[in-house]
Amino acid sequence: MNWLRLELPALAENVALVRVTVGSLAAQLPFTLGDIEEIRVAVSEAFSNAVLHAYPQAPAGGLPGTVTVEARVEGDSLEVSVVDRGVGIEDVERARQPAFSTREDRMGLGFVFMESFMDEVTIRTAPGSGTRVLMRKLARKPPDGKADAGVAGSSGAKA
Amino acid sequence: MDIASRKDGMALLVSVSGELDLHTAREFRARVDADYDRFGARDMVFDFARVSFVDSSGLGAILGRYSRAAEKGGQVALAGPQPHVRRLLELAGVMRIIHTYADVEEALRAMGAKEAAAGGDKR
Repeated sequence: MNWLRLELPALAENVALVRVTVGSLAAQLPFTLGDIEEIRVAVSEAFSNAVLHAYPQAPAGGLPGTVTVEARVEGDSLEVSVVDRGVGIEDVERARQPAFSTREDRMGLGFVFMESFMDEVTIRTAPGSGTRVLMRKLARKPPDGKADAGVAGSSGAKA
Repeated sequence: MDIASRKDGMALLVSVSGELDLHTAREFRARVDADYDRFGARDMVFDFARVSFVDSSGLGAILGRYSRAAEKGGQVALAGPQPHVRRLLELAGVMRIIHTYADVEEALRAMGAKEAAAGGDKR
């Protein structure tokens, strides 16, 4: 079981750092390249949400609040949590609706991508208490499910 | 992210490489809008063959450029997106309004920008 923990300011320039780091941990599981792309998008969305919404009162020129990202390998699944201590989400059900955004320049697709690309997305939030997004994705096993079949005919083809 | 743009007929042809997310989308928006105005273009063609990552912030930036071009009666096309980027465009419904082509040549041909260029609008 491997894990990582990142604690960093809610800055847009940190979005790439977070998705690349979590994507690298995911690569230790038998995910396909497509799976890892999906994880990178989901992580990007969760962290971007924190950057955009968590700390609207950040002082001009100063750093916004902190976001804690944890990723954990649990058996064959990857668990990622993105936690801020910001303003929280007033209406989670609405926030999860496609095309809903509190900002008119946004598409409201963040949660849509998280939910499409991860197997499980749980949001815990309350106004004033921050937001915790927990996501889980299972690495798909080969259809015959044999764990110890390193040289099985259908597997091992390198792209 | 790297951006290079030039005018081809009535279209602003923008070659993008790298990752388009919340951070880089800001620069993308600013660069494309400035060049679009500077070249007096009508349409926009984005060469996405070397774009390795797009998320909802990136898609938002593309759709924002679409709105801009639409105001001028222009069209927007995406050329050569990688399969995972294409999937995202499909999932978001972006492909219903912004057409996607295999490469830049095909996009320009389809938009009729080449024909317009035959009128002699060379820089």
